[in-house]
Order: sequence, then C-alpha cells, then structure tokens
Amino acid sequence: MRDVAVIGIGCTKFGEHWDRSFRDLFVEAGALALEDAQLSGEKIDAMYVGNMSAGRFVEQEHIGALIADYAGMATRHIPSTRVEAACASGGLAFRQAVIAVASGMEDIVVAAGVEKMTDVEPGASTDALTGAADREWEGFVGATFPGLYAMIAKDYMHKYSMTREQLAQVAVKNHYNGARNPIAQFPQEITIETVLRSTMVAEPLRLFDCSPITDGAAAVIVAPLERAREFTDTPIKVLATAQASDTIALHDRRDISTMDATVAAGQRAFKMARLTHKDINMVEVHDCFSIAEICAIEDLGFCKKGTAGKFTADGETALGGSIPVNTSGGLKSCGHPVGATGIKQVYEIVQQLRGTAGKRQVDNAKIGMTQNVGGTGATVAVHILGRV
Amino acid sequence: MVGIITYGVYIPRYRIKVEEIARVWGGNASDITGGLGVFEKSVPDLDEDAATIAVEAARNALLRRKIDPAKIGAVYVGSESHPYAVKPTACTVGEAIGATPNMTAADYEFACKAGTAAIQTCMGLVKSNMITYGLAIGSDVSQGAPGDALEYTAAAGGAAFVIGNDDPIATIHHTSSFTSDTPDFWRREGQDYPRHGGRFTGDPGYFKHVKGASNLLFQETRKSPKDFTYAVFHQPNAKFPQKVAKDLGFKPEQIKPGLVVPHLGNTYSGASPIGLAATLDIAKPGDTIFVCSFGSGAGSDAFDIEVTDAIKDKINRDAAPGVEKLLKNPIYLDYALYAQHKGKLVMQS
Repeated sequence: MRDVAVIGIGCTKFGEHWDRSFRDLFVEAGALALEDAQLSGEKIDAMYVGNMSAGRFVEQEHIGALIADYAGMATRHIPSTRVEAACASGGLAFRQAVIAVASGMEDIVVAAGVEKMTDVEPGASTDALTGAADREWEGFVGATFPGLYAMIAKDYMHKYSMTREQLAQVAVKNHYNGARNPIAQFPQEITIETVLRSTMVAEPLRLFDCSPITDGAAAVIVAPLERAREFTDTPIKVLATAQASDTIALHDRRDISTMDATVAAGQRAFKMARLTHKDINMVEVHDCFSIAEICAIEDLGFCKKGTAGKFTADGETALGGSIPVNTSGGLKSCGHPVGATGIKQVYEIVQQLRGTAGKRQVDNAKIGMTQNVGGTGATVAVHILGRV
Repeated sequence: MVGIITYGVYIPRYRIKVEEIARVWGGNASDITGGLGVFEKSVPDLDEDAATIAVEAARNALLRRKIDPAKIGAVYVGSESHPYAVKPTACTVGEAIGATPNMTAADYEFACKAGTAAIQTCMGLVKSNMITYGLAIGSDVSQGAPGDALEYTAAAGGAAFVIGNDDPIATIHHTSSFTSDTPDFWRREGQDYPRHGGRFTGDPGYFKHVKGASNLLFQETRKSPKDFTYAVFHQPNAKFPQKVAKDLGFKPEQIKPGLVVPHLGNTYSGASPIGLAATLDIAKPGDTIFVCSFGSGAGSDAFDIEVTDAIKDKINRDAAPGVEKLLKNPIYLDYALYAQHKGKLVMQS
C-alpha cells in the first residue's frame, strides 16, 4: 500500500443557503479545494462524493455523474462515485478516496461531501433522516433521531452519574469553538442556561443538544504522499483509515450507550497508525446530539466509560484542555449537512495540522483524528491524520 | 397633489394573550413574547369578518371628514380572509357607505400588502382623473392554524384610506414597489389556514423585499431615513420591523408611533395601514412619514408621505376613535372562547 496525503481542502460556509442550489454548493467546495492544492481539474483521476439523501432533499439522484459534470469533468469521463452511509457518507467517501490512492489504482482523487437540506420542510427532513435508522423497526413505529439519541442519553444517565449540566457543557464548548470558525452556521457563544432553557425536543435532549439542519459542501484532495510536495508545502499524511459496522437498529445493540462500531473502528485506526489515544492532539467527533459526543470520546478511549460528563465539565475537551474535541464547533455549532460532515471533519483537522485554524488553533498540533457516525452507530468511520 | 383625504381604523375589542395560547400548546410564553415582541392579539367577535371590519374602518374615515360618498368612484379591499372566494367584499363596503352604484370595485389579495396595493391603484385612478375619490382598505381576520407559530400573532383589524386630490391631509409624493415570485407563505384554494416556510419568510421574504422597496424609494426620491419624521413597516411581529428599520438607518423613535403590533398582533392586510393610521393620529403639518408594507409571495410597497395643514382644519380626527383608543379597554378571552370566536370549533350539523 502507498502512503496517502491530503493536498487540498475546501468548504462552503455552512448554513441556510436558500439562494444557492445543491450543485452550486459542491462546485464551490470543489473549486476551493483545487485552488488550495493549486491544481487544475485535468489532474483529477477520480471522485468520491458522500451524500445521504439528495433524492429526498432535492429530488436528485445520480450524484456522482452530476458532480463530475458540474465540476467540468464529464467530458474527460473520469470515474465519479456516490457513497452513502447516512451521516457517515462523507467519512466513507474520504476512506474510498484514500483506498483508491493507496492501492495504486488512482493518483489524484477528490473526496467530497454535500447535502442541501433546507429546501424541504422540517418534518420532511426529519423523516428523510429517519432513513438512517431501521425504517421497519424504528421509523415506522414513530422513532426519530432525536428520540433514538434521547434513549441513549436516558440509558447513559441512568447508568452513570452524568448531570444535565455536564451534558449541556458539550454544546457550550462546541459553540465557543464554532464562534471562532468562519464557516460555522451558528457562531454564537452560549451558556449552560441557554441549553437548559431551550425547547424540549425529546427528553432529556433540548434544542441546544441537537445539531441543526444545514446546507453545505466540503471537498478534500488526496494524492500519493511521494507526490504530495508537487502540490503543497504542507501535505498532511493519512495515518489510518478505519470503518466498522453494527446493527442498524438501536435496540439490537449489546449496550445502547456504547457505540461498539466506534470502539472497533477506533481500535483498528490506532493499530494501523501504531498510535494510542495519548498521541492524538485533537479530535473531531460526530456530535449530532450532545450525548453522541459523550459516548464518542469514551468509546475512542479518551476517557473511561461513564466519566465523559465530568471530563467535559472539567474542560479537558475544550481548547487548551488535554484533548480538544470538535475545535470546528462540531455538528452542533458548525452545522451538519449530513453528507458533508465527514469531509468537513477532515477539513478541520487538516487546518489544525497546517497551523491555519486561527483563533481555535491547537498549540503544536501534530496528530488529529476524526470520527464520523452513520445512524445511531451502525456505521462509523475513523481517520487519523498527521503532519509530515 | 394626490394624497390621503381621510382615514379610519377598526379593531375588534376582544384580545387573547400570547401566554394563554402558549398554555394550550405547551409553549414557553416568555420565550415567545421575548422572541416576537407580541404580548396579545385582537380577536374578532362571533359576527365579525374582513367585510364588517372594512365597513367599520370606512365609516370611521367618513366620520372624520364629510365627503360625498357618491363621489367615491372606486373601492378596493385588500384582504387574505375575504368572507367569499367569489363575491367581492368591496361591493358590501361600497353599499354600506353609500358609494354605490356609480363606482368600480374589486377585492385584492397580496398576502399582507393588498391594502397598500389598493392605495396605489386609487392613486393612479385619481392622478389620471378617472375618479374624484378612491377608497383603499386593508382588512383581515387573520388566519393561523391551531398550534402553528402564526397563531400567536394572527389578529383582526383594518384601516381605510380615501385617496384624492382635493385638500389631502397628507400628500403622497412617491411610491415604489419591489416584487418577486418568492413562495414564503401561501394558502391554497379551499384550505382554512396558510402555510409558511418558517425562517424562509425572514431573509429571502420580508427583509429582501422591504429593503428592496425602501432602497428603491430612497434612490428615486433622493431621500434617506433622516428626511422622515416617522416610519411605518409591515409588522408581523415587533422584531422584524425593528430590525429592518435599524438596518435601513431609522432610529427607534421614528417607528415608535406606528409600531402597534405588541398589543394588537399581526392584522395581515391591515398591519402597515393601521401603523400608518396610528402615525397620522399624532402627526402635525409638515411631518413626513415613510411607509413600507410587505406581502408574502412576495412584494413590498414603499410610500413617501408628507402631512399638510389640512390635517388641522379639514378633518376632525376626534370624530372617530384613533388607534390608541381602539387598543384600550380590551375584553380578554380564554382559548375556548377565542376558538369559538374564530370558528375553530367544528359544530355538529
């Protein structure tokens, strides 16, 4: 296998882009990534694009071809593939691109993610997202994602002594970081009171425990490490790519407040990179709900099971803490265009490793990690990236 | 110069508080009133509708200034709650005030800005000497589905303006409009309640069009916010007009007299016309008034208005109740009576 590096990154602002279409978004992200890599489109050998549900959100399928076409590459007939794993679509698209380059099959490959979610009413988007769960056993009987994650939170809070305030601190910390990220959808700092006073969504989760509905796109370009310096002075090496699956329905899990797929993907990634959690300087985790970040940092091994609430409240996951989590603002503050999220996580870690993360820069960042979840944990993609 | 000859307002006496609606639907009343800046809204009586409100407003206008109703050559009523889908409210109004039969009439619908569109139509007919007076009314018993965000603000009321050339109490120097096909809020034929695109009604709807029409008027008249004594904006809540006024460069004291929504609610087609009427209630000769309506769908009409000496001697403002008086001494309803008043209870036939 060849070593693989990220040579270019691009991302749109996340938010409600009512005046821009699905294709406008990915074209902008792709152009930014090409510009960043100082690369022209003719050098691209292949593309992978993460997208969960364009069919439901904008009534457009066949996204691989659409993107190749609007990226100006249809006439070159390059292979362009849509990757779908619900909210982990972006993470898997990145993994496919990395595998394509590592295998020697392709050289310069774009991994993109895009979702345009605000063209439908909130009820329709909630239902489209429910397709990431088990439709027959969960969706048809009324479960929604806030409901499923609320069950995880209830179970977690029953087993472990996490307080409601500690859980709220996840959102407070992520909004603090998002307020320092120019692409964030909600770059406003909040307090624990903001979370505790917000509208109840599914007990115990309130509005400010939940990530928003977002439009956005992100793209990164990968190449063989040996060629990376042709394009950039600061190549970022992909140290590990890992993916794991689990039962699609939450109720079939061994333990609903542990994501075994995160545990498995995390362990595989650490093994592949020959690293442990102590080597990671910062991590982007999939905080679709505040409780998801609590589970993720435990399941990746950054703290013991049942202690993430206190760990968060003690500031260990904040900027300047022992392991800064979601410096981008996470899904909560930066926004969650589902198919783009996994790519945006890589975008953030690359910025941190390049030292270009501005006011949210982690000091002396050498190694970073991403964890991208599909559904309630039926698919998890974990990547580790490092400075060369 | 074409302008406002007289004006009148009608607001039903019943109110329901936002906290009472929040109690029924499990909303957080302080968050809702804090977010919207609306505390209560007017509710029609059992036998009131957009037509009776239009008639009351027109009669109040004629009480203030004795003009010959037979000289009213046009009646246009703007509303999104006309009692009939086919059969004009404007004919009922014309008949009730004695303007029929030598007049033209039609009902207008442009969400919340049909009343100002009626004013513009009357201006055109007057300026072209087709009529002596035109009567333009914005009147609504606004619809908001039970439990919908609109229900907290959808109110009842209307304002009537007689437009003419003959000693107007306020000259309308200029009007500018800004319109686009924007589906931010709609109600299809046969549906009881409108639907809306949530926050989409904000930036691409209200703010884009209000700013579009306002800036167009500033450009065409070479005036700016500092040239106006007062400003009135469409007021679906208190937050939107305050924000757009600030963004355009108006000061809070300029919009204060015309910002009636906190204790009235959103009277849809009546909203900016009632705001203008409330401003005329306290205006002095020489005062200048900027008005900008908004109707979903979407469009805005902006007006450059100057109050004349005629407001002192050609009109008796005290002959009909002003907006402040109409808002006083309300009768508060609980949700059950409100539901009955609004016809939300379906009776067995």
